[in-house]
Amino acid sequence: MAIVDFIVQNQLPMQVVPPDWPGGYWWHWLFFTVVLIGFVLIMVMGVIYVERRGLGRMQSRLGPNRTGPFGLLQAVADAVKVLLKENIVPDKADKLVHWLAPVVAFVPVLMIFAVVPFQNGALLADLNIGILYVVAISSVATVGVFMAGWGSSNKYSLLGAMRNVAAVVSYEMPLVLAVLGVVLVAGSLSMNQIVLAQDIPYILFQPLGFLIFFAAGCAEINRSPFDLMEADQELVAGFHIEYSGMKFAMFYLVEYAEAIAIAAIITTLFLGGWRGPILPPWLWFIVKVIIVFFVMVWTRATFPRVRIDQLMALAWKFLFPLALINLFVTAIQVLVWPDALPWIVIIINFAIMGILILLWSKFFKLGWGRLEV
Amino acid sequence: MKFERYGLGLIKGMTVTIQHLLRHPTVTQFPEQRLNISRRTRGNELIWSREKCTGCATCAKTCPQGAIEIVTATNLADNKYEVETYRVDTGYCIQCGLCVEACPYDALFMGYSFERAKYRRGDLVQTDDELLESPERPASAYFHPEIDEKLPKQTLLIDKIVEKRK
Repeated sequence: MAIVDFIVQNQLPMQVVPPDWPGGYWWHWLFFTVVLIGFVLIMVMGVIYVERRGLGRMQSRLGPNRTGPFGLLQAVADAVKVLLKENIVPDKADKLVHWLAPVVAFVPVLMIFAVVPFQNGALLADLNIGILYVVAISSVATVGVFMAGWGSSNKYSLLGAMRNVAAVVSYEMPLVLAVLGVVLVAGSLSMNQIVLAQDIPYILFQPLGFLIFFAAGCAEINRSPFDLMEADQELVAGFHIEYSGMKFAMFYLVEYAEAIAIAAIITTLFLGGWRGPILPPWLWFIVKVIIVFFVMVWTRATFPRVRIDQLMALAWKFLFPLALINLFVTAIQVLVWPDALPWIVIIINFAIMGILILLWSKFFKLGWGRLEV
Repeated sequence: MKFERYGLGLIKGMTVTIQHLLRHPTVTQFPEQRLNISRRTRGNELIWSREKCTGCATCAKTCPQGAIEIVTATNLADNKYEVETYRVDTGYCIQCGLCVEACPYDALFMGYSFERAKYRRGDLVQTDDELLESPERPASAYFHPEIDEKLPKQTLLIDKIVEKRK
């Protein structure tokens, strides 16, 4: 109650309902909830197809091409298969935790999409603290993962979950600092306002911030090369080793929904969201999300998995200081030269990015005297 | 200063993978597309020639698995030594090709075909006429290079990429 009173007394804007929406508040919620769930499920199928075919071609194979035209129905076939499978729960598992974990992991991911604008004002809730909400909510999925690791009573799943917690805690910091740079430039925390402020995509104003956010985002959702928590060769499957059937499907869904969520946030923050010429805004948004996801697949196909100490060192010794400096430089730019010509700022920022990456690569060391990365 | 250690290596790796994405994949869709296998392959069947075989049983002696069973008899009417049964349990055969190399009368050949899986174990035992050469059971040029011309040239996966690039 205290927060609501605070908002009311201070006359803070709470734009929840677009003014011209018929039926008002509840219809808006119902409509967007249905749209978001449909969007996430369909996009998950789409990106699974993109990932499997793209990864296949990058490894000189074809990927799934038998089910349906061009293998488009492979995800459907897999879903049907996994739904019909037996649900096995280990004898010594903590049944309640084991049962709840997929739900706890899935719900926050779905909630992230509440503040992602599909076009101007087309979002479930235009929170004025949108990106802060995303940062707060996205970490909750880790609780689900840890519940899965703990509840399975299996050493490999527990190890995978512990690694996931360590990775998320470490990478949350550079992630948030990279977001802050964008927030400083845009002057707003609302996702819709950030998109509206991007006459030039912020990837040009914040190139270093973009790289940090991309790396930290990949690490946070445990995509390769940071997929340590489900490192097949070491941990079999990581936290979801004891899951089968529908519950496994939920985790599989979470994995890709998280990737879409990160791609959507990158699109919104750095690539101009739904803005673009000719095509309708929502289509631009989806196209950009797919492109960002494709870059994730591309990095997955290219880079080998890092070790756990390399993972931690990258977060704390490389990304974290760079993100701090990036934030500092951005703050100076916003405060001192608010009216500087955009292309001068862009050139300066790219130069700073190059110098910083070179310098920090020079300083970057692992462990006791290991010289090369 | 090696720039590979300062982020350039990552970009180099990324260009390699994107080149792989854009080129033709090095795969064959097996049941629809087939590659010609090596002409001197040791496929999983044995070709036996009734005319050339004298029943000396060298093949049976040399077989490390003891998979060849040969029964001979004297034909008094024709004053000839002839083969009554020639039975090979191809389930035991390890495709070593020793029988083919040992045969002094060139009566044995390795098969060129390779899709000869059976549903029942008993089907693997082949007797007499089932072992003869036929269009369905061509002989491989293994140890008999003179057969080479009859068989198609081997296709390589690398040829497929080159073919697509032209």
